[in-house]
Amino acid sequence: MPQSAEAIKDHVSLFREPEYKEMLREKRINFECPHPEETVREISAWTKTEDYREKNFSRKSLVINPAKSCQPLGAVFCGAGFDGALSFVHGSQGCVAYYRSHLSRHFKEPTSAVSSSMTEDAAVFGGLNNMIDGLANAYALYEPKMIAVSTTCMAEVIGDDLHAFIANAKDKGSVPKEFDVPFAHTPAFQGSHINGYDNMLLGILTHFWQNMERNPGGSINIIPGFDGFCVGNIRELKRVLDLMEVEYTIVCDPSDVFDTPSDGTFRMYDGGTTIYDSKAALNAKATLSMQEYCTKKTLAFAKEKHQETASLHYPIGVEATDEFLMTVSELTGKSIPDALVRERGRLVDALADSMSIAHGKTFAVFGDPDFVYGMCRFLMEMGAEPRHALATNGTKPWAKKMKALLESSPYGQDCEVWPGCDLWHLRSLLNTAPVDFQIGSSYGKYLERDTGTPLIRLAFPIFDRHHHHRFPTWGYQGGLQVLVRILDKILDRLDDDTNEAGVTDISFDLTR
Amino acid sequence: MSLEYTNDRSFHEQIIEEVLAAYPEKARKRRSKHLNVVSEGDSDCGVKSNIKSMPGVMTVRGCAYAGSKGVVWGPVKDVVHISHGPVGCGQYSWAQRRNYYVGETGIDTFGTMQVTSDFQERDIVFGGDKKLRQLIDEIEMLFPLAKGISVQSECPVGLIGDDIEAVAKEKAKDLGKPVIPVRCEGFRGVSQSLGHHIANDTIRDWVFGREKPSDLEDPTAGFEPSPYDVVVVGDYNIGGDCWASRKLLEEIGLRVIAQWTGDTSLAELERAPKAKLNLIHCYRSMNYISRHMEEKYGTPWFEFNFFGPSRIEKSLRAIAEYFDDTIKENVEKVIAKYRPMADAVIDKYRPRLEGKKVMLYVGGLRPRHMVNAYEDLGMEIVGAGYEFAHKDDYQRTTSYVKDGTLIFDDITGYEMEKFIERIRPDLVGSGIKEKYPIQKMGVPFRQVHSWDYSGPYHAYDGFAVFARDMDMAINNPVWGKFKAPWAEA
Ligand code: SF4
Ligand code: SF4
Repeated sequence: MPQSAEAIKDHVSLFREPEYKEMLREKRINFECPHPEETVREISAWTKTEDYREKNFSRKSLVINPAKSCQPLGAVFCGAGFDGALSFVHGSQGCVAYYRSHLSRHFKEPTSAVSSSMTEDAAVFGGLNNMIDGLANAYALYEPKMIAVSTTCMAEVIGDDLHAFIANAKDKGSVPKEFDVPFAHTPAFQGSHINGYDNMLLGILTHFWQNMERNPGGSINIIPGFDGFCVGNIRELKRVLDLMEVEYTIVCDPSDVFDTPSDGTFRMYDGGTTIYDSKAALNAKATLSMQEYCTKKTLAFAKEKHQETASLHYPIGVEATDEFLMTVSELTGKSIPDALVRERGRLVDALADSMSIAHGKTFAVFGDPDFVYGMCRFLMEMGAEPRHALATNGTKPWAKKMKALLESSPYGQDCEVWPGCDLWHLRSLLNTAPVDFQIGSSYGKYLERDTGTPLIRLAFPIFDRHHHHRFPTWGYQGGLQVLVRILDKILDRLDDDTNEAGVTDISFDLTR
Repeated sequence: MSLEYTNDRSFHEQIIEEVLAAYPEKARKRRSKHLNVVSEGDSDCGVKSNIKSMPGVMTVRGCAYAGSKGVVWGPVKDVVHISHGPVGCGQYSWAQRRNYYVGETGIDTFGTMQVTSDFQERDIVFGGDKKLRQLIDEIEMLFPLAKGISVQSECPVGLIGDDIEAVAKEKAKDLGKPVIPVRCEGFRGVSQSLGHHIANDTIRDWVFGREKPSDLEDPTAGFEPSPYDVVVVGDYNIGGDCWASRKLLEEIGLRVIAQWTGDTSLAELERAPKAKLNLIHCYRSMNYISRHMEEKYGTPWFEFNFFGPSRIEKSLRAIAEYFDDTIKENVEKVIAKYRPMADAVIDKYRPRLEGKKVMLYVGGLRPRHMVNAYEDLGMEIVGAGYEFAHKDDYQRTTSYVKDGTLIFDDITGYEMEKFIERIRPDLVGSGIKEKYPIQKMGVPFRQVHSWDYSGPYHAYDGFAVFARDMDMAINNPVWGKFKAPWAEA
């Protein structure tokens, strides 16, 4: 009997016991009508060839293991960044269950959002009644300070008009007339979650700014963008900006709501940009986006309102942080304090100490377009070589920008850029043009299994490792975190490769 | 082992009144029909079920797509399942259910892959059928060992008037493989439940009812039936559940010719009608096809329960009644073999769990099916509710729960928080969305959809893991750390 009360075996070891192995073997042979093992081996080997790669890249319609999700996810993430805001997604309810699960699996935190629960009759008659009842119920039960409305693809396909619906609901008394209900249409069949973020943010700012007169001041707005590391990163941003004594507003700040303490209270809302600050943000001198591809429309709107605008691409490492600080300095006239210069020196020091470790190592990087840009840039700073840069939601203009970045360094010369490709494409790439390591989300674990390429988890979503998002990846401090994660993986690998006693352990060095 | 206790009826009635007070009037009326306190001897839990969730209340429910792709079809491992529509649904459900299987993923099995048509604006405007045809060809090109293809419809498909059935028929002929169109758009029905039903119907119509192209052999040919052939229906092999159950059934001398659906091959779907008995675990999600097999092939079905030793023993003996003395004798031998292990598990954990109060809110089966497993460990059920149960589930529930148990159908986030705040149970079992809010309140929690990344929990081998996990959650040192020592008590 494999199981016992003394040493309880769960799925990890139970099914490796002989009784189970034998049972599963018999099941396969007798009941599954499997393909012959020989055939499976043959096909498996074929999927690693150039021929398969060519076929794989010839597909026009089929998408396999994409590294992107749909717009409303970004809208719900964006809503979480505002004080007391409840996300209300108009359309089918299943989608909302999915966004909540998805974000909770990454952050290991509650994710609150409601749905207007449209069903078949709403598909025929439209979802107006769902909006009217839904706003009333959400307002009464969850006492939000505002409700941020977005849409699932069902509401988009049938063409529900949010503007008119919300006005109608207000007329019916669902929520008070003056209650803030910003909205955004977020069709899942356009773009990805980063566009949903952009659209929702635009909806929120439009709602607050549209009837206001701008009264320019000296403060700046910083938009972090969709970021799985928002908790660590936004806190780091604030620390750095405080050190610079800059007057700023983080526009969309979910760093507290995705990191609430365990002390006996469930906080459905916590922190976030206040309504007051969101309104006042119109008066900012400038708006700076940390992720250009998450904020295209929002930045254009800020510009329309006569603000200066600037954007970065997920700044990781020395150069990117320099650029961030210099941009802030330029926009605000504040100088960069010594304390930050010393932090910079420490990151440079760390890079110098460890220069031999990552040097010449080759990488595949996948994730959102800004992340891939920022990550490749830092890799090249370490003397490492990105070889594949892939963003399923990357566009041709993104690819062009990536190429310019890669061409700027001798370490980027051999890198190819893959906009619009998915992780099954990447599987072929890793099989036919292998690299030493991959950097991306938890989805990369299947590539690690299939191609043996070790994965460093630095992009959303991270489901199978805990708490990384609580640490920053931005700023000089964040750069250190990222550096250590990469070095650890390389050195763990090196130890694994050299630890066989009497065979490979000549290089099993105590000091590296 | 049966545990004697009752729950506090008047307190539960009072907290129902309290939560209802928060709703606007129209909503209060509707919600009041979904909350109740059950009385011993009732034939039903006295709640309305399987009706629309109210907008804006934060229902836990999912959609028909989740019920079909996520639950019924997803675990059919040698078939490629297309999430047909925009990218989202497939992305969020990708590899999240832990229905384990054996096979080389991407070669002869496809369970933990996200295959989607990633609809773009033009597909909405011009329709997705052309794309579907093309991508089925592309699947055939890249995954030649796939035994079939299923098309899991997402919301837009049914709204733009696509004819996926026509495409499926045409491509099935072309490829000589089953192509199964499933109309499980998320707006159909009121929860996952209709998705289960639709998926069951597609097995009936498109697997059992498949016209076999002449060049294809009969998939059931060469199959030698035996008098002990059974199918396990409605066990999704979460964390390997069905394997633990299978082992036990084999030990009593039965031959499990198919698992539905967890680690399932297409052949197991096709051959199921040859069984002598269908053993059904999740009644809610698979009663439809079991009834069909009874009508069409005369196969009887029996609802069994492999959670916890007292139910396992009961179920094994009841199953044996369908067979001859050999099986009956085997059952007694097997019970005798496992009882010492089960007792040792109980001896180890019961003293640590005795009298602990549990609230369960899950899909359509577990809030009743797991009751005795908790009771075997000395734990008591104070509240139970379902996301998507129907009337017949609530009828079945009364024989499991005690007088005064709080019942909640399609609970809202608000109600759940308030109930837990007032009852302060020692353990809550529910899903990922509920886990973190409840833990923040200082209440131990286990996910009971995914087994919180553990399992198996079925059969004797699983019961040991279950007991270990409940103890780990309830008696964890972390719960004593919530208040700083200098804070006032
Ligand atoms: S793709 Fe559409 S149906 Fe699917 S989760 Fe996104 S909005 Fe919902
Ligand atoms: S066991 Fe529960 S979650 Fe699973 S299919 Fe049945 S009702 Fe649904």
